[in-house]
Amino acid sequence: MKTPIIECHRLEKWYSGVHALKNVSLTVNRGEAVGLVGDNGAGKSTLIKILSGVHEPDAGSIRIEGRDVRIRNPRQAMELGLETIYQYNSMVPTMTIARNVFIGREPLTWSLFGFGWMDKKKMDRESVQAIADVDLHLRSPEALVGELSGGQRQGVAIARAMHFKSKVLILDEPTNHLSVKETDKVIGFVRDLKKQNVTGIFISHNMQHVFQCCDRIVAMARGEIVFDRPVGETSIDEVHGYL
Amino acid sequence: MKRLLKIYMERPELVALVVLVALVGYFTIRSNGLFLSYQNLRGILSLFPELAIMALGFGLLMIAGEFDLSIGSMFGLAPIVLCSLTTAGMPFWIAFALALAVCLLVGFLNGSISLTFGIPSFITTLGMLFILRSLCVVIYQSGAAPALPSDAPTWAFTDPIGFIRVSTLWMIGLAVLIYLLLERTNFGNWARATGGALESAKSMGIPTHRVKIVCFMICSLCAGLAGIIQVVRIASPLPSLGDGVELQAIAAAVIGGIALSGGVGNVLGAIVGMAIIRVIDSGMVMSRVDANWFKFAIGLLIMIAVIANMWLARRARAIKVETGA
Repeated sequence: MKTPIIECHRLEKWYSGVHALKNVSLTVNRGEAVGLVGDNGAGKSTLIKILSGVHEPDAGSIRIEGRDVRIRNPRQAMELGLETIYQYNSMVPTMTIARNVFIGREPLTWSLFGFGWMDKKKMDRESVQAIADVDLHLRSPEALVGELSGGQRQGVAIARAMHFKSKVLILDEPTNHLSVKETDKVIGFVRDLKKQNVTGIFISHNMQHVFQCCDRIVAMARGEIVFDRPVGETSIDEVHGYL
Repeated sequence: MKRLLKIYMERPELVALVVLVALVGYFTIRSNGLFLSYQNLRGILSLFPELAIMALGFGLLMIAGEFDLSIGSMFGLAPIVLCSLTTAGMPFWIAFALALAVCLLVGFLNGSISLTFGIPSFITTLGMLFILRSLCVVIYQSGAAPALPSDAPTWAFTDPIGFIRVSTLWMIGLAVLIYLLLERTNFGNWARATGGALESAKSMGIPTHRVKIVCFMICSLCAGLAGIIQVVRIASPLPSLGDGVELQAIAAAVIGGIALSGGVGNVLGAIVGMAIIRVIDSGMVMSRVDANWFKFAIGLLIMIAVIANMWLARRARAIKVETGA
């Protein structure tokens, strides 16, 4: 059997007196699309923040591709191949698409101690290619992200993750505040992840969206995982019963 | 054509440039050509580069999403440190390097205190404004009165070259450097992201604290250097030097299209903004308007500039230009 891409083992997290994660163990296999559902405060965000390096767990261990890891910051998470797309916080609206795609990972023509000259031609060329690869067609790479619609922004964020060959894409409420048409587009992006051999974790409180694009549903409530079953063996009503 | 309009609208510093040219034209006519006389241009180009250097560093910091009210005091303190050291017998260039090191230290403190304790930099640097100004007076009055050595290398800072001074070259050099830093290096990308959307920058793994601290340090450095240049020009350090000039730097940045919220604008805008302020100051004198109206004009201009920039940015977004795809 293949090594799972993510194995969380008995994770615990406290926030000043609140027990946010209680003994959470979760295994995600390569190429799987997992829907993580639950009410506000159920612990979804805490789990995701631990996987994306924003917080560290108080107890428990994480294995990525079979190796024990400690994810201390977002940078390390990205280096491990875990890329998180937040609802609002993944793009800088006042910057161009090309600059956004490469934030923190700029190609440099030369550098000294990690600082150097950006290869703008490469950034323009590759950002256009990356966006085309997710079937998104946008104006020039010089357009500001602030001019894009919500769905297009999510598309650019996904294109960015693809471009950097992320192994796992974590999407935190990517369909919030989107129109129906744009939501369909984002759901399409998630469905296409599998073709690119990328594992997806889709967090949402909208069951319809999750059921449309995931293979497996994991539900959380009060800091614990209360439900974990393949999509084919359950229904929206059943999952609701556990929340 | 539409595309041209959009580029123009998205780059408020270009709008400011048009305003600058219009103002120069207006004051030239009002003063019957006196405004563009050799003498007057020389006058403007003495003070302007000094204040513009300060505005440059401040503009960079504002783009990174922070603020520094202490630059006026830094402007006063750096030359006092320099002159105290030379008065005590230290060679000029070593004292110069130490004075700049003090600037970097102050910038570092401004940044670290604000970020470590989560205080708005507006407040931290307000405190620093008072602290540094107090130090100016204390150092000035302790021991022998600091003076600029008679053999100070004025050739390196303020000697005239035609109607400009060497300080103009410093300004141009620094403007190019900071512009390239912001537009062409990965550090610039990080600074703009940090100012434009702090949470996004953090989630992309950018060391936002360090980026901001470096910007604070560059800002203080520019302010101190500007003060030193001024003292080399007027040949005497005074503890009150630079009192209130921080407000002109802020005004210049805002008029030049740098947004208070961070992430938007261009350091060249700060230079154009400062040029507008200097032109209004001099132009009013040349056209015999009561000089007391100067601050009134600047105040009005700040408000108009902010409103116009916001309106232009909205219009530009509405025009949505198609460029193939």
